[in-house]
Amino acid sequence: MRKIWDIHGGVHPPENKTQSLQRGIENAGIPPVLVHPLSQHIGAPAAPIVEVGQSVLKGQMIAEAKGFVSVPVHAASSGTVSAIEHREIPHPSGLLAPCIVIDTDGKDEWIELDPVDDYTALEKADLLHRIRDCGIAGMGGAGFPSAVKLSTRDDAVIDTLIINGTECEPYITADDMLMRERADQIIAGIKILQHLIQPTEQTLIGVEDNKPEGIAALRQAAEDSNIEIVVFPTKYPSGGEKQLIQILTGREVPSGGLPADVGIVCQNIGTTVAIHRAVQFGEPLISRITTVTGEACSAPGNFEVLLGTPVDYLLKLGGFNQQQCLRLVMGGPMMGFTLKDTSVPVVKTTNCLLAPTTEELPPPPPAQACIRCGLCAEACPVSLLPQQMYWFARGKEYEKLEDHNLFDCIECGACSYACPSNIPLVQYYRASKAEIRKQQQEKVKSEHAKARFEARQLRIEREEAEKEARRKARQEAAKKKAAAGKDPIKAAQEKAAAPAVDPAQAAIEKAMAKRSGEAPQESSEETLARLQKAVETAEKRLESASAKLKEAEAADAPNLGALQTAHERMTEKLAKAKEELQQHQQVSSGASDTNDPAAAAIARAQAARASKEDKSPLEKAQEQVASLEKRLTKSEQKLAEAKESGSDTAEVLEQSTAKLREKLDAARAELAQISESEAPVAAAASTNDPAQLAIEKAMAAREAAAKLSPEDKARKALESLEARVEKTRAKLAEAEESGADTVEVLRDTLAKLEDKLAEARKDAGVEG
Amino acid sequence: MIELLSQHPFIAALGSLALLGLAFGSLLGFAAVKFKTEGDPIADQVEALLPQTQCGQCGYPGCRPYAEAIAQGDAINKCPPGGETTINALADLLDVEALPLDAEEESVPSVAYIREDECIGCTKCIQACPVDAIVGAAKHMHTVVASECTGCDLCVEPCPVDCIDMIPLPTTVQNWSWELPPSAEEAITEDLIATDRGNSGEDSKDRDQAA
Repeated sequence: MRKIWDIHGGVHPPENKTQSLQRGIENAGIPPVLVHPLSQHIGAPAAPIVEVGQSVLKGQMIAEAKGFVSVPVHAASSGTVSAIEHREIPHPSGLLAPCIVIDTDGKDEWIELDPVDDYTALEKADLLHRIRDCGIAGMGGAGFPSAVKLSTRDDAVIDTLIINGTECEPYITADDMLMRERADQIIAGIKILQHLIQPTEQTLIGVEDNKPEGIAALRQAAEDSNIEIVVFPTKYPSGGEKQLIQILTGREVPSGGLPADVGIVCQNIGTTVAIHRAVQFGEPLISRITTVTGEACSAPGNFEVLLGTPVDYLLKLGGFNQQQCLRLVMGGPMMGFTLKDTSVPVVKTTNCLLAPTTEELPPPPPAQACIRCGLCAEACPVSLLPQQMYWFARGKEYEKLEDHNLFDCIECGACSYACPSNIPLVQYYRASKAEIRKQQQEKVKSEHAKARFEARQLRIEREEAEKEARRKARQEAAKKKAAAGKDPIKAAQEKAAAPAVDPAQAAIEKAMAKRSGEAPQESSEETLARLQKAVETAEKRLESASAKLKEAEAADAPNLGALQTAHERMTEKLAKAKEELQQHQQVSSGASDTNDPAAAAIARAQAARASKEDKSPLEKAQEQVASLEKRLTKSEQKLAEAKESGSDTAEVLEQSTAKLREKLDAARAELAQISESEAPVAAAASTNDPAQLAIEKAMAAREAAAKLSPEDKARKALESLEARVEKTRAKLAEAEESGADTVEVLRDTLAKLEDKLAEARKDAGVEG
Repeated sequence: MIELLSQHPFIAALGSLALLGLAFGSLLGFAAVKFKTEGDPIADQVEALLPQTQCGQCGYPGCRPYAEAIAQGDAINKCPPGGETTINALADLLDVEALPLDAEEESVPSVAYIREDECIGCTKCIQACPVDAIVGAAKHMHTVVASECTGCDLCVEPCPVDCIDMIPLPTTVQNWSWELPPSAEEAITEDLIATDRGNSGEDSKDRDQAA
């Protein structure tokens, strides 16, 4: 004799099982209408795959599973789909839910089935797929998709397979009758499960000791197998999955865990038969055994009923008397719920229809105050503190409820049954559980909404920033344009000053673009054009600077040093611009993905190297000249200092200065030579563009003027303007004579200059 | 120096107190700078309890601003979507008294629905939606993504053709839940024991007056 464990608590309500055990299982026949709810199981509702008016055969799939935790629905008999609509379903809420309604034709014509001769040859996945496709969900009451329950992880070792034949609720005898009449099918089903699960240790069938006939039948059927039938004393709720596991094995399923966590898989005895029929005959789950009982039924018994059969049709077979019955219960008296309507169909989980008289199951008397007797705690099979939880539930202290393991409550109703104050305790727990779940869902939803709201705020901010940046850019451009229309010297100066501001702004813009990831990007052509322009301007400037330098040298002007440094700077800039241009050309022609920073960096490095190598002899010569000039000025300065202080190094310095001058002369000669031979730059330089020269001169004059007093300045400005006007006039005349295309420009310039001259004269006059 | 202090214990006491004060003051000052908390932790906690519908019914432009206002001492009963649950949670968090909701009634959970054939495609509702739950383009029909809609009804007001309805979420088998049974005490307070019957009402009135 194997050891039987006991569970905590439990109650012993009157069993009332004999009434429905007087007759064998009867076939309920084919009702005129079948109603198939799309959701008869735990999980996602199935999705209809038939249309209204379509004729269907018995066993045909009419709705397919949607998602992993879901099962399909099959037509229980042949006929025509008359409607797909919301109908009342067996649910405690009494709400409507989508159903497929079939008008039966009475022919009960089967669809072609796909039986398996040797299931041992099938893969585990194939078998599970078959079980799922046959629409099998737990038939004990919860309706959890069996295929999901059976698809244990490969690494989880299952040592025990438990078949639940407990049927601990009063009145219900469906499983008892199944054991008595179809023990061989049960054993055949268990063998399939054994093949599927491969339990390493044992296979047990747990049956309460109030079903001696069923036990005997099972024992006989299981004689030559390794299946053990374990009988234990009757107590409610031993049939709960976790309770049965504890009774049979002494193991406790951890809170929030699954039986598989302790190496056990548990299946209901009715489900076993359904699996047997599904695998061996290919029959989907379209019928079940339902107990019809209660004193309001004159002919209580068990019926093999097609799923979808309206409850009132079935009740008629049981001799139901509406007058005697106060309320109709689907399920047992402990965990069942009251049906609000008798037109609801029998579904996969309907194990019992209980039609008690008022005397038999009187309406619950009004609840009294809790007297803290503690009977509920004694009755609780999960060792919870129902009384404590009752107070928390009433106070809506959900956190404390969770701390008291509310979610371990199996809602068996033993506490309510034991309560002397008739408090519907289990209702409080159901409501609280629902409320907590609702709050959790709301929490998730609000987090989601918050994330979306914040994303939107960010987006709006970013758009604003972009708009602002664009506005600023436009403003800047407008300013520049306006400035260009004014004094050419000022414009030139501003232009010269611009690069100093530019890099910072460019960096900011770049950063903004990076952040937004979608800022308008310069197209390759635009960049090219810009760079080319930069090179051009740099070249022009360099030309003018060298020209000026020459002039200054010729005139031995005092600002020679400044001009030299300016020249140097120009050379550098030109080199840089050229480098940039080259690099861009390389990048845009060579690398296809210009966005790739690595590629860009490589390209840049290559371009830099190339530009160094490609430096023209002219540039080199220019550089040399520039450096020599620098050195010369320095040594001259030193010489002057030495002379002043009467130092003895003066002579040496004089010598070195002379040497430097020689060198410089040589370098200049070289430069001149190269410039003559060098194509564009030199040509431009040698022609000494008159307009450029004029600007340079004006600038030099301005520089000189900066050191003068305001009166002198005004005078000088006047003088220079006069000179410029003269010159421009001369040039214009020349241009007109030669018919050059600069005539227009020169005319404009002349007009402007004359305006300015007039203004300056006015100013001078006022000052004078 | 020591002599002076020993002869004038009063000065010594004052001096040492001043020194101690200085020492602890600087310690506290240092700690305040070193362990400065970024942001407002109370506002964060409050915000976590708000329903995030961003409806603005509290008078603030969104849940975050209201959370900050609550942290600054504003009333906790201005959130109709959150209702009593939120007020209780806030009262628990801030240890203040739970006030009745400062609105006519709790707003029922609902979603916006655009009657699409009436929509003129003005995009005004799209700009109003705080969670980007409305899709559509200018001069094209708009529609609400029901799963993202928080039911804040901010889109209803700007619609120039009034084609947006707020539809309360229906109770389905999936979201239906058991209700708490009526409390036993509530049902029987009127007649606790036999001798209370008949005059309990007067008694309670008397007690009220006495109180």
